[in-house]
Amino acid sequence: MASRIFGSGIKRREDPRLITGQAKYTDDLSLPGMAHLAVVRSPYAHAKIKSLNTKKAENMPGVLGVFTGQQMKDAGFGGIPCAWVVPDSDTKTPAYPPIAVDTVRYVGNAVAIVVATDRYAARDAAEAVVVDYEPLGVTTDAYKATQPGAPQLHPEAHNNICFHWKVHGGDTDAAFKSAEVVVKDKIINQRLIPNAMEPRAALAQYNSGIGEVTLWVTSQNPHIARFLLSLDTGIPEHKIRVIAPEVGGGFGSKIPHYPEDSMAIFASKMLNRPVKWTETRSENYRATIHGRDHIQEVELCGTKDGKITGLRGTVWANMGAYLSTASTGIPTILHGLMLSGTYDIKNIHEDVYGVFTNTTPVDAYRGAGRPEATFIVETLVDKFARAVKMDPADVRRRNFIPKFDNGHAVATGLIYDTGNYEPALDKALQIADYKGLRKQQADLRKQGKYMGIGLCTYAEICGLGPSQVAGAVGFGGGLWESAIVRFHPSGKVNVLVGISPHGQGEETTFAQIIADQLGVPVDDVEVLHGDTDQTPMGWGTYGSRSTAVGSGALMGAVNKIKEKGKIVAAHLLEASVDDMDFADGKFFVKGSPDKSKTIQDIALMANVAWNYPKGLEPGMEASAFFDPPNFVYPFGAHIAVVEVDAETGEVTLKRYIAVDDCGKVINPMIVEGQIHGGIAQGVGQALWEGAAYDENGQLLTGTMMDYAVPKAEYFPAFELGMTETATNVNPLGVKGIGETGTIASTPAVYNAVMDALAPRGVTKIDMPLTPERVWRAMQGK
Amino acid sequence: MKVSITVNGKPTSAEVEPRQLLVYYLRETLGLTGTNIGCDTSQCGACTVLMDGHAVKSCTVLAAQADGASVTTIEGLAQNGNLHPIQTAFWEKHGLQCGFCTPGMIMTAVDLLRRNPNPSEADIRQGLDGNLCRCTGYQNIVAAVKEAAGKMKA
Repeated sequence: MASRIFGSGIKRREDPRLITGQAKYTDDLSLPGMAHLAVVRSPYAHAKIKSLNTKKAENMPGVLGVFTGQQMKDAGFGGIPCAWVVPDSDTKTPAYPPIAVDTVRYVGNAVAIVVATDRYAARDAAEAVVVDYEPLGVTTDAYKATQPGAPQLHPEAHNNICFHWKVHGGDTDAAFKSAEVVVKDKIINQRLIPNAMEPRAALAQYNSGIGEVTLWVTSQNPHIARFLLSLDTGIPEHKIRVIAPEVGGGFGSKIPHYPEDSMAIFASKMLNRPVKWTETRSENYRATIHGRDHIQEVELCGTKDGKITGLRGTVWANMGAYLSTASTGIPTILHGLMLSGTYDIKNIHEDVYGVFTNTTPVDAYRGAGRPEATFIVETLVDKFARAVKMDPADVRRRNFIPKFDNGHAVATGLIYDTGNYEPALDKALQIADYKGLRKQQADLRKQGKYMGIGLCTYAEICGLGPSQVAGAVGFGGGLWESAIVRFHPSGKVNVLVGISPHGQGEETTFAQIIADQLGVPVDDVEVLHGDTDQTPMGWGTYGSRSTAVGSGALMGAVNKIKEKGKIVAAHLLEASVDDMDFADGKFFVKGSPDKSKTIQDIALMANVAWNYPKGLEPGMEASAFFDPPNFVYPFGAHIAVVEVDAETGEVTLKRYIAVDDCGKVINPMIVEGQIHGGIAQGVGQALWEGAAYDENGQLLTGTMMDYAVPKAEYFPAFELGMTETATNVNPLGVKGIGETGTIASTPAVYNAVMDALAPRGVTKIDMPLTPERVWRAMQGK
Repeated sequence: MKVSITVNGKPTSAEVEPRQLLVYYLRETLGLTGTNIGCDTSQCGACTVLMDGHAVKSCTVLAAQADGASVTTIEGLAQNGNLHPIQTAFWEKHGLQCGFCTPGMIMTAVDLLRRNPNPSEADIRQGLDGNLCRCTGYQNIVAAVKEAAGKMKA
């Protein structure tokens, strides 16, 4: 294949509209007669609604309507569905009313909505809704909530246990019984707030004349949104159009179907005019899903000479007050099955309890389950290295799954696609000058300075995924992808895809694939996404799946275009179809490249069909669906270098080296950008970020003033390297790269800080590693 | 109350509520939606515009306070169809992904380079402290500002 544009870091076509202020995000849209919706939210984490008085609000200027949960229910709007119910785990799925009817279960739970002619009036009136609450007991901690006497959230979930899921491979009990070395930890993988820079918004326009609704919404997956909306709004799927316009980041937080999406539709239907809701940031912190929040009791065992033989643990995963869309799949399938990481560990067991608490619902946040798994194995491996007195790099090398290029089964039952872990580690060590760093560390220690070097070698599961597996693990949808390639008479191309990128740049990379495969100028290709009326059914952008799965569909359509083009070209060239070949945008007779037609010639003839093969359908458009045979498993090795201030406990990230392998790279500039952003979020978890609730269930980190979203000056320039191990589960050999940075960087930085503090005897600090916590640990407090 | 504000070189005026924020004046009164709102506590900087040449967070300025001022938004930065060198640098260096923080980030960078035309990497990182980005890890934003500084001096 003559690769010119595949593999080159061309500039993004998304950017001109974004750097000039011409992009249209949901809140930028206005419709004639549009009203604004504000949500009245509970200030209590757990309470009965004794009474609700809307009279005063209704009479305020500009107010068009005030609605309660009961009214929404009476209008036929049902509960918010959970779309991932993990099987064999006795999962409880309590009702999740979009607006609470009699009980509120977290601070931020909606209790009423107000619609008014402008957003100021709506918010003023929301303040005037009077709710009389009877406070109930509150529980926020996933472990404590399961203990006797804890306040109960849902009657069907005894001891607040939502599910109990297990993963088991090998004979863990035997492995631990015969182990020479055992290391343990109790890890708090703390709750995070996603903080996509664009808060959520929903604009609904219901047309009572035809019974159809259009919803513009900040979604990563408009087709899933439409499917789920059809379940709870009572509006049939074919009468719902969901449009995700420009979307300002998601990181998982814009996967779920949220109550406000249905509220906007309900209000539009009731008032017969367009209704827009735009989240404030403070609202976002309480009403948009959170991530992580695991309590993990884990242990790893092995031999004195550094061979890991077993890993087991129990996890209490906080689900929040209700089950959000993909919630139960995150701490189970996307977590427990990945506990092996890059290592050959024959015996693995984990019990996971999903637990309801009086907190904001928890769902997918960048990495979603894999960071929580990788942190376990990568920090335990470091403890193990210390216990057996081996260098952390050597212990990793000793336990790596050896190179494989056609599947490797791990103890949890997954079959990794391809992997070659040692070269990635070697490269990272080389970029870092690992030996030099260790020497420098020893020198600094003599001066009383605490420098630390932390490693993480990871493999992760993404490119979600084979639909049969999705079904088997309880995901309420398929996970294939779709693409339509449409040639216009002039030879220009529209590509319509079921994925829904929101910063990842597939408008550019998919155009690169088309240009590369079909020989058309890249600027002749336009990639369209995000509108359910325009694009084919597809499952959206998350789980680093858009390129890994979406490009498979694209290639299917490309091949159909080539096949059809050969038939048309053979007809025009008076040759046999079997003698036709295609390269660099030209169909030609094999052996006589002069006898050729350009793809633009063929597109024109196929569209006008004047001189055309008998029986062949006119037009040059191909539609394809791609269901991958497996997930993809990108991997890599990251190294963090930190310095800990002995006086203040402040951690400074001095260097960060990331070597990642995502198979074939379409656009290196975009891949690097994904890695940069991922690293920043993962470092954020290690050092600064963490959602905190008080004992009453009040979110203490309720604004950007209180929650530490990392800033530019917190980071050094990251040093990147790549290795390339193609996958065999999709035609282009590409793996996902959207989440690797986040998965790898949290343990790398954590390990670096523990390495720095080893001379002080510190072996454990809960994240985030804030100066106060580090200082206390150094003082033994 | 009535305010008169020059926006992107053109005079504008409107009756506004005394409490109306400049950002809503720009977005809703004038329909200039390029300036985004990312928070409600003046942390994120997505709403940054230039007021009389200085970067301000337009969610923290009342429209009334901008009465008589000259405001430049992201829509007014390109001149005669030519991108500002900072816009070009953000494009070339992949200084944006979802683009939501980008207008504010670019406006802050304009002010940063006005104050310090020859910034070090540390100066740039510190200068961008009032603007949050969740996508890029800042690396390519810093590279873009550095690139723009070089081009603007030349």
